[in-house]
Amino acid sequence: MRHKQKLVGAVVLLAAFQSFILFAGFFAPYDFATQERERPFAPPTALHFTDTRGNVHIRPFIYNLIDSGRSGEGNRADFDHPYPVHFFVRGAPYKIAGVFASNMHLFGVEAPGHIFLMGSDAYGRDQFSRFLFGGQISMLAGLIAAILSVSIGIVVGGIAGFYGGWVDELLMRGGELFLALPWLYLLFAVRAALPLHISQWEVFLLLVSVMGLIGWARPARLIRGVVLSAKQRNFVVAARGFGASDAYLLRRHVLPQTYGILLTQMTLLIPQYVLAEVTLTFLGLGVGEPLPSWGSLLSSLQQYYVLSSYWWMFLPALFLIPLFLVFYTAADALQELHKSVTL
Amino acid sequence: MKYCARRLFHATLLLLGVSIFSFVILQLAPGDFFSPMRLNPQISSRTVTRLRSQYGLDQSLPVRYGHWLHAVLKGDLGPSFAYNSPVTPLLVARARNTILLTGTSMLLAWMLAIPLGIWSAVHRGKWGDRAGGAVTSALLTVPDLVLFLVLLLLAVRTGWFPTGGMVSASFSDLNLWDKMKDVAAHLFLPALGLAIATLPTLLRHVRSAMIEVLEAPFIRAARAHGIAERRVLLRYALPVAASPLISLFGFSLGTMLSASLLVEVILSWPGIGPLLVEAIVVKDVYVVMGAVMLSSVFLVAGNLFADLMLFAADPRIRVE
Repeated sequence: MRHKQKLVGAVVLLAAFQSFILFAGFFAPYDFATQERERPFAPPTALHFTDTRGNVHIRPFIYNLIDSGRSGEGNRADFDHPYPVHFFVRGAPYKIAGVFASNMHLFGVEAPGHIFLMGSDAYGRDQFSRFLFGGQISMLAGLIAAILSVSIGIVVGGIAGFYGGWVDELLMRGGELFLALPWLYLLFAVRAALPLHISQWEVFLLLVSVMGLIGWARPARLIRGVVLSAKQRNFVVAARGFGASDAYLLRRHVLPQTYGILLTQMTLLIPQYVLAEVTLTFLGLGVGEPLPSWGSLLSSLQQYYVLSSYWWMFLPALFLIPLFLVFYTAADALQELHKSVTL
Repeated sequence: MKYCARRLFHATLLLLGVSIFSFVILQLAPGDFFSPMRLNPQISSRTVTRLRSQYGLDQSLPVRYGHWLHAVLKGDLGPSFAYNSPVTPLLVARARNTILLTGTSMLLAWMLAIPLGIWSAVHRGKWGDRAGGAVTSALLTVPDLVLFLVLLLLAVRTGWFPTGGMVSASFSDLNLWDKMKDVAAHLFLPALGLAIATLPTLLRHVRSAMIEVLEAPFIRAARAHGIAERRVLLRYALPVAASPLISLFGFSLGTMLSASLLVEVILSWPGIGPLLVEAIVVKDVYVVMGAVMLSSVFLVAGNLFADLMLFAADPRIRVE
């Protein structure tokens, strides 16, 4: 029962986080590529509720940063021009899931004002918007790669476990080859084989499919194990005795028994692949500019001056931790739940 | 003995498979190290052609693989285009640095994991164990990338640790003792980061292995005989719990070359990691091949070592 509650909690949180990312265009005040060249590395914009005269407002407002005019003091807030934060404003056009076009944003401020909730990067692009849009790329990478791995895993593991014999031996030895490789190294080696100068979307798709293709061995092994024991269960043997074909047996009786493992594997693999994409992009081998991904958001931290002077560039990294926590919690609960079901 | 020979044969086959696989993939790439030279008006196309044929890049794939394999069996991993030198000494020097780093961190992680794991297995369910469990779960969810960046931030902000490289600029002027201190100072941060990254997994395994053994009847019998708790734990329980730990130890030996890529790149430790990333960007194929092969050899050898150790340590396996 406790595991079920844990699972429900994790799934709810996960859904909330994912909908933020899916509707990035709506929640983000700006487009991910909009540059404000005059405002590089702006610190996170503070939301104010009290003005200079001490009056309290319900609607939050912000001040732009301007040059203080004195050397060595940097920027100060421009108290003469408050910009109230408006909700449901029209702004940069975007598409949700690549289909529904809109230009409605949850919040925004009027033009010369700028709202950077997580600060801005070297080109004056809003980090908050880039974090949300970057999540789309990174999560999509994780999802596609995980689906690919698991589907190959089902086919290979199912065949190996169901037919056994030399087929099994051959497929599992092949899988060992993939398990024996240092996979991050292999990913690099494969990335080296891809041309460096092709369109960013092609890079993305190639990268994702390579990640997915490399990772099939572990799910295949697990599925093979389940199939091995499943095909010896009495009702499967009975169905075979009634003359059921292999395809029918696999579809109706054997593969449904692997769904629990599949789900657990998916929840484990998605964050792993998200991390792989982040790592590759961080090292400059993944998805490149101008597409934002969580890896490219972090890669600016490789420069010492960014790391030491602009603490808010670190925020995306910190926001990843709760996401992974939720994913692992879900996987953990699924595993426990699955265990208690089979026992 | 027969078991040993069979395992060795399998390992060799595996390595051969890995080498063919990575070789083919690397050569599938359009263009090579010399292609950007074609765009350079100062280099004639004849020079490029000559360079390519000098390094054998104009030959067919199986021929090149044959040449490469033949050379590798003689200990020559081929030429590095970018460094204009053989790959072997280049790789060996970098591998030494990597092993210094991973060896230190492994020592650190295991020396912490075993006593802590035993302790929390003994105090299972008490607040100490629960707190430890919460900390390890939390550490598991922190991506390594973020962890290393935090350490880098710490180093840059506080200035307590030197960042980047393995030695200070004045290294050659120092005497032996100061040289060792200098390397140790540079080593501290990356080794600590790597140890923190691996500790949670080790700790969990030690704890669960010990818990399983401590529930066994023979432990209760030993306790009932009035044998001191310390002796029960270390002399009776630990050797029985060792089997999964030996496998794990073999695995961590095996990843000694490949586990530290990220920490090396982020904290700029001059190991194999940065070399590999650079080589990939410029398509220095034999360096990539060498690095991949060397780390695969380590991984396979580590697993082999673990299996042989298990074979020696656990009589139950020998019977099968």
